[in-house]
Amino acid sequence: MNLDTQQSPETAAPKQSLKAWLNSDVPASRFQANMVQLYSGWLKLVANPLAFLGFLILVGLLASAVFAPWLATADPVAQDLAARLTPPGTDGFILGSDELGRDIYSRIIYGSRITLLIVTLVAVTAPVFGLLVGTFAGYLGGWADEVLMRVTDVFLAFPKLVLALAFVAALGAGIENAILAISITAWPPYARIARAETLTIRNSDFISAVRLQGAGTLHIIVRHIWPLCLSSIIVRMTLDMAGIILTAAGLGFLGLGAQPPMPEWGAMISAGRKFILDQWWVATMPGLAIFIVSLGFNLLGDGLRDILDPKKSKS
Amino acid sequence: MTSVESTPGERRTKNASPFFRGLKRLGAGLFSMVATMFGLLLVTFLIARVMPIDPVLALVGERASQEVYDAAYKQLGLDQPLVVQFFYYVRDVVTGNFGTSVLTARPVIEDIGRVFPATLELATLATIIGVVLGIPAGVVSAVYEGRWPDQIVRFIGLFGYSMPIFWIGLIGLLVFYGKLGWVGGPGRLDIYYEDIIPSVTGMILIDSLIARDWTIFWNAVSHIILPASILGYYSLAYISRMTRSFMLEQLSQEYITTARVKGLSETKVIWRHALGNVMIPLITVIVLSYANLLEGSVLTEVIFAWPGLGNYITNALLSADMNAVLGGTVVVGLVFVGLNLLSDVLYKLVDPRAR
Repeated sequence: MNLDTQQSPETAAPKQSLKAWLNSDVPASRFQANMVQLYSGWLKLVANPLAFLGFLILVGLLASAVFAPWLATADPVAQDLAARLTPPGTDGFILGSDELGRDIYSRIIYGSRITLLIVTLVAVTAPVFGLLVGTFAGYLGGWADEVLMRVTDVFLAFPKLVLALAFVAALGAGIENAILAISITAWPPYARIARAETLTIRNSDFISAVRLQGAGTLHIIVRHIWPLCLSSIIVRMTLDMAGIILTAAGLGFLGLGAQPPMPEWGAMISAGRKFILDQWWVATMPGLAIFIVSLGFNLLGDGLRDILDPKKSKS
Repeated sequence: MTSVESTPGERRTKNASPFFRGLKRLGAGLFSMVATMFGLLLVTFLIARVMPIDPVLALVGERASQEVYDAAYKQLGLDQPLVVQFFYYVRDVVTGNFGTSVLTARPVIEDIGRVFPATLELATLATIIGVVLGIPAGVVSAVYEGRWPDQIVRFIGLFGYSMPIFWIGLIGLLVFYGKLGWVGGPGRLDIYYEDIIPSVTGMILIDSLIARDWTIFWNAVSHIILPASILGYYSLAYISRMTRSFMLEQLSQEYITTARVKGLSETKVIWRHALGNVMIPLITVIVLSYANLLEGSVLTEVIFAWPGLGNYITNALLSADMNAVLGGTVVVGLVFVGLNLLSDVLYKLVDPRAR
């Protein structure tokens, strides 16, 4: 920092003030306050090597999804029957080729798009729905609480994969239905968390103050309760994502998720299952991809829990 | 998943006799269980209604005449209002009638009775592995908090949470069966040992012990050990994590300091005093992990061609055998709810404060 100021005092001045602006104890605006919080969170993330590794893995997932056409060395669905089941590292197949002579490396790269799609769609549906149910149940109380939580319990009572299986069986196999089924099975924990948070917030003084100012129920829930539930929801979401990826891969493995020739990782393992004893790479490589990505989510989730939750929740 | 709700009614009855309170609590628990099971049936019923498969066509076949179709339609009760249909459905389930499987042409409930012991055997052995290894791992990790034993246990757990179970199963088969030949391959027994011993419990390990057939027993062990270890690994990851956090909570309590000041050996403080108190919440964790294994075994059973409930549901699914799928789902759900309730009851039995 000192070096900077010595070399070019004119350009360093705004830079340093940016840092000061980010470290300010008395933010002048809501935007600055948010930025200060974001910046201090970022510093904590960088200081936690495992969480940062998880973050990097997810950045890698994002990059490989966005830049897939440039990163891939071959067309993910182009077949070359003359080069079927080529071992890794030969003839330009970095990770080998599958039973139809398709390049496994390129398929994994393109498969990251499917994984990202599943993760994003589940992340924008299940937690939002859970938040909605949980906050209304917690804030309204009484019979509304009783009914909503009973419904949540019913969904919690089902084992996730089996319920998802039954849903996909009813709706038909395919990636959209797999995502829908996962969302339907994933929301109840968020409702539980949001309700618990709401119960601790709803009797606090600032809520009473807002209510005395004439704010309606909807306004209080949306503007004052939701923001306070967000951090626990986000932590839970990051930790859940690994499980969601595994469930999606499991559905794909059973042939109920993404349909061929889509390069979905779980389905790729399923295809490689027949050759596992002789051509081990066909099933092993996509599994490694699933493992790395879900490990990334787990590492980041663990780190985020430490960063966002000063109480350091137990489980 | 112990219920921590305290209704206002409970506070009012504080002065009532403990017997009355216990009765009331039991009643509330039973009611919530019945409500949950009712909801469970409602969900499976609705799934059955939205599926695009025509149950009448599945029964009479595509070339049936209109009269036959109409008769079957009426016989299945499809001309009744939905509420009435749901009532019939609940009645059928309560009497154990899940319909007939298209795949095996036998009543679904019979099929489930036949395949369930295999799943039970696998999940039980996996839970034993998880408990025997997971609890000590969690204790060690709590005692050495933040140091290398803790980090190692944490990593083992993280890997367990991150690996697709069907993938690790395949790799296990590749390494231990394909390359090293240490374990038996897919299935419960080598093919030439099948159907030799009489089936008493349906669990081959126990049946072969009853028949005192050691060859078959060891063959069954060589087949079950790999899938059970893989499932047990998941259970270990969960149990060790929970043990660690419970132990940390106990070790920071004052009675631990007192015990140490009294001059008790560290082994006694940790393994008897702290772990003794941790065992109560751990029972809940173990029962829940057992319930989760019954579910988690779906993919493992497919990989290892294990003829259990998960394999049965999956096969039924792939051949659009909806009676079997829904029957299996209901049974898994009921077992799940039942185990949840059991963990609640156990918790209350063991912990005097929760009574």
